[in-house]
Amino acid sequence: MLLLQCPYCGVNAEETELAAGGEAHLKRATVGDSDEAFEGYLFMRENKKGVHLERWRHAYGCGKWFLAARDTATLEVFGTYPAQTTEPPADVTENIRAKYPDWSWKETA
Amino acid sequence: MRRYSVFAVAREGLRYHTGWERAWRSPQPKKKYDVIIVGAGGHGLATAYYLGKNYGITNVAIIEKGWLGGGNTGRNTTIIRSNYLQDPSAAIYDKALKLYENLSQDLNYNVMFSPRGLIMLAQTHHEVRGYQRTVMANQLQGVATEWVTPEQLKKLVPIINIHGPRYPVMGGLYQKRGGTARHDAVAWGYARACSDMGMDVIQQCEVKGVRTEGGKVVGVLTTKGDIDCDKLGMVVAGHTSVLAEMAGFRLPIESVALQALVSEPIKPCMDVVVMANTVHGYMSQSDKGEMVIGGGTDSFNNYTQRGSFHHIEETVRALVETFPMVSRLKMLRQWGGIVDMTGDRSPILSKTPVDGIFVNCGWGTGGFKAIPGSGWAMAELMAKGHSPLTQEFDMFRFREGKFIDESVAAGVAH
Repeated sequence: MLLLQCPYCGVNAEETELAAGGEAHLKRATVGDSDEAFEGYLFMRENKKGVHLERWRHAYGCGKWFLAARDTATLEVFGTYPAQTTEPPADVTENIRAKYPDWSWKETA
Repeated sequence: MRRYSVFAVAREGLRYHTGWERAWRSPQPKKKYDVIIVGAGGHGLATAYYLGKNYGITNVAIIEKGWLGGGNTGRNTTIIRSNYLQDPSAAIYDKALKLYENLSQDLNYNVMFSPRGLIMLAQTHHEVRGYQRTVMANQLQGVATEWVTPEQLKKLVPIINIHGPRYPVMGGLYQKRGGTARHDAVAWGYARACSDMGMDVIQQCEVKGVRTEGGKVVGVLTTKGDIDCDKLGMVVAGHTSVLAEMAGFRLPIESVALQALVSEPIKPCMDVVVMANTVHGYMSQSDKGEMVIGGGTDSFNNYTQRGSFHHIEETVRALVETFPMVSRLKMLRQWGGIVDMTGDRSPILSKTPVDGIFVNCGWGTGGFKAIPGSGWAMAELMAKGHSPLTQEFDMFRFREGKFIDESVAAGVAH
């Protein structure tokens, strides 16, 4: 069973205590944006076999949204971090690069 | 190819079964093919088969990174039905069902198609209204389905408990022509027929890159060398996003794990397929006597081909109320597959931004039932550039907001 540590309350929560919220760090499309931009925001998800940055909610705990970096090929968790960031913090990227030295993310590439 | 028949069985019986030949060849790849299909699962093989059968295109390779039919084709719960609400879905799924009806004869391979009937239980008032609407839509589409009352249902499925305290059975959507087939045999039958037409089924050959020139596909890089092609069909379900990235475009797909389980074999007790969508479980009995049980998907992106344990618990717990005898069953084994879920849960059969590349994906949790229809439509799309069966399933529909508003797939909520 997948275990994630909630960065707010510190609990090592089991999957059943959490609700998955899909890809993290999405940028909302807005008035005046093209159809492509809306398509991207609404449907075009990163679906990597590898590092995935994603949203989770500690639904049956503190109730807060947080973010996680996880390997979709192995279920390995690189770290969790608060949702009020626009990119993964340094310690999480370090953990990712330990396994994927060439890892780059669309926002930092 | 020697045809399978009762005479062949008798002939081989008289000579100690020494004359059976291999069902398909295992060739090394040639330098170039007219068409390469990536993915030797049901959909890929069916696409190749109908390219040859309907359009005479036989210079085709079907390449597969694992083994033939080892992905979702060998991991599903083998259910076949076509009782969909929307016209585009009904058209392609009913095409598939009609082809399934004669598939064994067509392929000269017994796919054990068993039209034993399929019932989708209505366990809430909302579902009653929804399925009655579907019955009416099906009548307009020419798909024979009917509404059955709880009492009729109890006669069809004696092991059911229609007075469940939490979710009583209030009726059901019944499709008599629905049923099951032997999933491996579908892949094997298509592979044998493709090989017989001169196509190359190349296993353990993983695509590592897609070569394009001036916006047009020219070939693929594989673990067995470079192979050139004029047209490329991507039919790889859960790994579609990985392959699309190699070709330089994106698809509105997320890959998640879906799992199923089977019980120990027991004596025949249920001769229809029953789906209980509110409580997330569906069940049928295999020819071996095992109860084949499927449930919902995991909620997070995953490529590991294994599901979460708590989902098994959820599925079985739900079934125990509706089928009390399940509580006494031992479960024999469990497995997972990676399904490709689109934004509207309907498939994508489409041209792509790269000239010559076609994609057939997004069947999500319900692809097995569609295999022959999907192959038929995809072959038409690849041969002629358009198909009446695929035009609504374009990959660009998400940009235009022209969704196919139906939780197709397994019919369970995702």
